[in-house]
Amino acid sequence: MPEGNADIIRLNGAEKHFGAVRALGGVDFHVRPGECVGLVGHNGAGKSTLMHMVAGTLTPDSGKIGVHGGIEDNYSVSRAQKLGIRCVFQELSLCPNLSVAENTRINHASLSGLGWRRKAAALITAKLDEIFPDHGISAWDIVGDLSIGRRQMVEVARAFTVTQDRLDLVILDEPTSSLDAHTAGQLLAFVRRFIAGGKSCILISHVLGEVLRNADRIVVMRDGKVVVADAANAFDRDRLVTAMGGAEARQKIAAEIAAAKPAAGPLRVRARPAAQKDGADLVARAGEIIGLAGLAGHGQTDLLLAIFAAASRARTGIEVTAPVALVAGDRQSDGIFPQWSIAENIGIRSLARLRNGLLISPRREAELAQFWQKKIGIRTPDMNNNIFSLSGGNQQKALFARALGSDAQIVLMDDPMRGVDIGTKLEVYDLVREEAGRGRTFLWYTTETEELDNCDHVYVFKNGRIVANLGRDELTEEKIIQSSFGDAA
Amino acid sequence: MTAASLDTTARSSAERGALARARLLRGLLPALSLALVLAAIAWLNPRAISYFGFSLMLNLAIPIALATIAQMFVISGNELDLSIGTFVGFVGCVTATWLKDAPLIGVAILLGSIGVYALLGALIHLRNLPSIVVTLGMSFVWQGLAILVLPKPGGKAPDWLLAIMSFKPPLIPFPIIAALLIGLVVHFGLMRTSYGVILRGSGGNPAALKRAGWSLLKTKIVLFALAGLFGVLSGMALIGITTSADANIGNGYTLLSIAGVILGGGEFVGGRVSPIGAVIGALTLALAASPLLTFMHIPPDWQVAANGAILIIVLAARVLISRKER
Repeated sequence: MPEGNADIIRLNGAEKHFGAVRALGGVDFHVRPGECVGLVGHNGAGKSTLMHMVAGTLTPDSGKIGVHGGIEDNYSVSRAQKLGIRCVFQELSLCPNLSVAENTRINHASLSGLGWRRKAAALITAKLDEIFPDHGISAWDIVGDLSIGRRQMVEVARAFTVTQDRLDLVILDEPTSSLDAHTAGQLLAFVRRFIAGGKSCILISHVLGEVLRNADRIVVMRDGKVVVADAANAFDRDRLVTAMGGAEARQKIAAEIAAAKPAAGPLRVRARPAAQKDGADLVARAGEIIGLAGLAGHGQTDLLLAIFAAASRARTGIEVTAPVALVAGDRQSDGIFPQWSIAENIGIRSLARLRNGLLISPRREAELAQFWQKKIGIRTPDMNNNIFSLSGGNQQKALFARALGSDAQIVLMDDPMRGVDIGTKLEVYDLVREEAGRGRTFLWYTTETEELDNCDHVYVFKNGRIVANLGRDELTEEKIIQSSFGDAA
Repeated sequence: MTAASLDTTARSSAERGALARARLLRGLLPALSLALVLAAIAWLNPRAISYFGFSLMLNLAIPIALATIAQMFVISGNELDLSIGTFVGFVGCVTATWLKDAPLIGVAILLGSIGVYALLGALIHLRNLPSIVVTLGMSFVWQGLAILVLPKPGGKAPDWLLAIMSFKPPLIPFPIIAALLIGLVVHFGLMRTSYGVILRGSGGNPAALKRAGWSLLKTKIVLFALAGLFGVLSGMALIGITTSADANIGNGYTLLSIAGVILGGGEFVGGRVSPIGAVIGALTLALAASPLLTFMHIPPDWQVAANGAILIIVLAARVLISRKER
């Protein structure tokens, strides 16, 4: 083939939107033969979207994909496999009801006919032996019976098996997240051997040291764009963290908050995560905005839900002294009553106050809705319209109105600003600060680091535990990233 | 370091041993419940345990086993077929009329009905409809068609079918041989062939299958077409035994087939099914349905309720065992 030294894959100006959310905004990306590209960035920076495009599971809204020097117009998973591009996805993609050998068969259409079971078993066992000596996995083990770490080993080994199609590039999305240090080392050593053999890898990892040590080139993404791409030895940990976070000045909000800081009020919440081993706990007082930071899914939502549950029924380790309301993050599934009007959606948390005898008073419900429509600026001609007549940002405002219009003195926010436009965000930030000034307490889990600037105090979570407790004046993005990416497991 | 890793290997292999034992126990549960029912029958009426006794008691087990296999194909794709009972009835009516009087038209109708099943699979996948709703609707369609074909009970089975179903092999009663054959053939097809893996994988993790480049539309169509095929076989076998048909003859099969799959170790979601287990489950149900209860001198009025009670007991035992597995 006359491709010579052509890139294995090249994306030019790749864009992708999910509804109103821009996941990728014009990304250029390429991988050369014989190199390991490290890809880093925050949650939601667009890494996974980009990798889905490379693997053919998502098609870009606009932009070009070229593989081995030729332009691909109808790029798909099966096309990618034919061209030698494989992906180990972050969420496990094994069938738990099938054996290890049977799962191998799923990725290889050519494993069929007489004796396919034997061939599949030999193929996967050989690869497991090569990557993870002493793995202790039999090809006939049912995947559902294996520990999560072993499943990840199978998944990784499967991606490197070769039958009739070529293999040039393997994407490893958080390949070591469920592996212990020993097996992770085995895997990374294998990746180096694979690269030395002239093949390529894309390595995505939240463990920055892993990327720095193993990648030849590092690409940093933020907000759906590539911000830096450079040789790995041009980076050190600090430069990487700075590039990921973007250390632009955001002091103005900080100054505003510092000026308006009231004296500490009475205790509202004291909570300790279930997995916390040391004595650290989360403390929130009246009038405070408390941020919960760290990578997504490290126990923040669980703690919020535990606090919410503790408000109605006592729990050990959690103390709550005032009524609680929760603003859900996933508004479609956890927040909105789809069949109801905007006014009904706002009133549901305050039914006791809206009651007139046994019935809900429509007049009071309408009053409440009118008040909050004005106050929070919900853009609709009529609050009796269905909630879905609103745009996403306005739906979220209605959910805020539900919480703020209630008697709750503690408001829990479970990353509520996902996919909300910046205008709405700023309006809600102002409102939150205003309500905090009146003595309400906010517990705010967010995956967007800028939002933490609104907080008086930030707790950083890792693996279900509080790993750092930062006051307003010590709060910097670097600090948050340092603690949530801490290599010490 | 080495000692520690050896220790973890040892521990995890012990854990896996326990898992394998629980899996084995669960795999044996269908056979165990069948043995229990057989023991009870032997104890109540020793003369029933004979060539003639089994032929008689298990007579209706063949159509039930075939319907259960049909249901199992649908369940392995995480769907449920509520129309299999009336479909069996419809096939029965066609078998007792068209298939005997005008075999070509009869065969065409039966092949066409398998095609309808395949189309249902496509519809359910493409429109993302709940299979329960679609097949519930279809159950009325099949029932109506059955009544159109055969407004009042009657008709007659084709002679060749009667000959097959009354076949008397030496030593081992026909229903047992037929059950074994059905179980083994389907086991080979679904559990051993390379495409069977894809079919089961479509129930286990559809997203993974799609990412590997397989068509989920095709797997769903194949699973539903297989359900249709075994539904047709079930209806024909039923008429071969009863010799004449009735539009309502298969109505009980819907729930029997679902119970048979679950009794046989299958699960409603996740592609975990067992063809041999399903056949054993169907045999257990067929035996528990009336022979056992008749021998226990339970009046016919109470037999349906007693049947349900047996089902609940066996399923509860299964839940206990699979909880241990966790």
